[in-house]
Amino acid sequence: MNKNKNWIDQRFPLTKVWNEHLAEYYTPRNFNFWYFFGSLALLVLVLQLVTGIFLTMHYKPDTATAFASVEYIMRDVNWGWLIRYMHSTGASAFFIVIYLHMYRGLLYGSYKAPRELIWILGMVIYIALMAEAFMGYVLPWGQMSYWGAQVIISLFGSIPFIGPDLLIWILGDYAVGDPALNRFFSLHVIALPLILVVLVFLHIVALHTVGSNNPDGVEIKENKDEGGIPKDGIPFHPYYTVKDIVGVVVFLMLFSAVLFYAPALNGYFLEAANFVEANPLKTPEHIAPLWYLTPFYTILRAIPPILGSQFPGVLAMFAALLILVVLPWLDRSKVKSIRYRSWPYKVALGVFVLSFVFLGWLGMKPVISPEWYVSLAGSIGMEIETALYLILARFFSFCYFGFFVFMPWFTSIGQTKQVPSRLTE
Amino acid sequence: MSEQEIDLKRRRLLTGATSVVGAIGVGGVAWPFLSSWSPSARAKAAGAPIDVDISKLENGQLVRVLWRKKPVWIFKRDEQTISNLSALEGELDDPNGTGNSKTQQPPYITESHRSIRPEVAVIVGVCTHLGCSPTYRPEVGAADLGGERWKGGFYCPCHGSKFDLAGRVYSGAPAPTNLVIPPYSFISDTLIRVGVQPDAA
Repeated sequence: MNKNKNWIDQRFPLTKVWNEHLAEYYTPRNFNFWYFFGSLALLVLVLQLVTGIFLTMHYKPDTATAFASVEYIMRDVNWGWLIRYMHSTGASAFFIVIYLHMYRGLLYGSYKAPRELIWILGMVIYIALMAEAFMGYVLPWGQMSYWGAQVIISLFGSIPFIGPDLLIWILGDYAVGDPALNRFFSLHVIALPLILVVLVFLHIVALHTVGSNNPDGVEIKENKDEGGIPKDGIPFHPYYTVKDIVGVVVFLMLFSAVLFYAPALNGYFLEAANFVEANPLKTPEHIAPLWYLTPFYTILRAIPPILGSQFPGVLAMFAALLILVVLPWLDRSKVKSIRYRSWPYKVALGVFVLSFVFLGWLGMKPVISPEWYVSLAGSIGMEIETALYLILARFFSFCYFGFFVFMPWFTSIGQTKQVPSRLTE
Repeated sequence: MSEQEIDLKRRRLLTGATSVVGAIGVGGVAWPFLSSWSPSARAKAAGAPIDVDISKLENGQLVRVLWRKKPVWIFKRDEQTISNLSALEGELDDPNGTGNSKTQQPPYITESHRSIRPEVAVIVGVCTHLGCSPTYRPEVGAADLGGERWKGGFYCPCHGSKFDLAGRVYSGAPAPTNLVIPPYSFISDTLIRVGVQPDAA
């Protein structure tokens, strides 16, 4: 055994890597609930890769046969329904996990120095994941696939001057059709998964270089014993590998409940209109992207055309996404964790989370005002100039951007608590 | 070779020159890959004109046909509808097609009904906002679309843009311009050729 290990270690740093990243990788001893989601994201990535490989064996990327091939997977392929529902449920699960993972970063200031690069790599992963999910949703070639693609690709057409030509280049045709489906398939199964795996690798390398943050926001490397081991650190393996397995078990219980009892989750994970084959002649009565894209979709809808162009709305949507990247430099506070932050930050974070949730909810609503609002406005003789949901969308968009715009200010006021020099629990 | 001092300046120049030549090579190889995304010869060839028989079209009835992979609406308007069009002008963004929407119709279509024959409308059914196909809502006074002020038209379910029955956009809609009028011509009283302008056939 030892002989074999030596033979390998002389040719490949197996023991060295094992020790550096697991057995002698020291992690803060006070990780809580919020620290499950990194390893869960890795689990879902593997799940998507494996189920995706098997779906690719039966799927046909051709507008004439794509829809039927998905039905074939669902009905005729042995266990095909299970593999496909694992993949579709996995997509939404991925975003739930990622959003909670990002929220953890906001709670404990994990994006702050020296972890800015981890945060930026994470944001690139998030954006790549959105592209991956969007292209995956086009593949079944249902009504939502088609019209979703039509709307999202049209965003690029609104770019001044180059837009129309760029649109044709992306589509490989003058409208969404076979060339678009075929290239989205290629990007979805090869290009983006490769990029994602590399980015995740870099994300972890960057993390292991500086070490994990923790709920106290205290750098454990600043307090080492004589052996150079952080006093508040414990080896990742076996302590956190075992703890993460508990998280995995609970996650799989919830995941299976959705997978087996409500794979469409009432239209939130798979939309009803996507069980109808794509029809370029008719847009469904109500179209909305899947839930994980809706906050940004609402921001797009909130902006009216300016100077005969819808580009400002598109710009706002991408700005909402990209502004997250510069978060480490907008936050002026010396304190990382919410536990020791001043109250203005706590209020602002609360408003931000609420506005993100409401923006997401609004994105799933039709643009027409609900009936109770119309009749209420009618009964008091009010003219409905602007729909209710539009007013709300604009309000919450302001809140969303306000969080970032005012961050340098509200992170530098108020009384922060004294940060302890060692972990508290 | 005799021993001599390393000429750093020369080495930098050579490194720079090699990098530039290499970058040009990478750019040259990248071009075929980027260009392969543009429409293929087959995609370009698939845009031929189509003929549509409208002999069975009733007033108010709308047919959707596919031209260059886009929906084209052909529908008949009665006299009441045509006279309503001019009454709407105050609510429209560009009623005469002379502003932002100038390029949305062929130059030979100039009147407010935006058609060759007022009673037959031919419009590309793609919202100028983000490419959805608006819903045909011809009923006058629809409660959810503004009640009495609604004179019939099209409503985009995606983002709520409204257009009248000549495809002209209402002010305040997310869509920036009027709907596109394709080139088309009458082969006979009941046959329309979409994709070819009058006198070119």
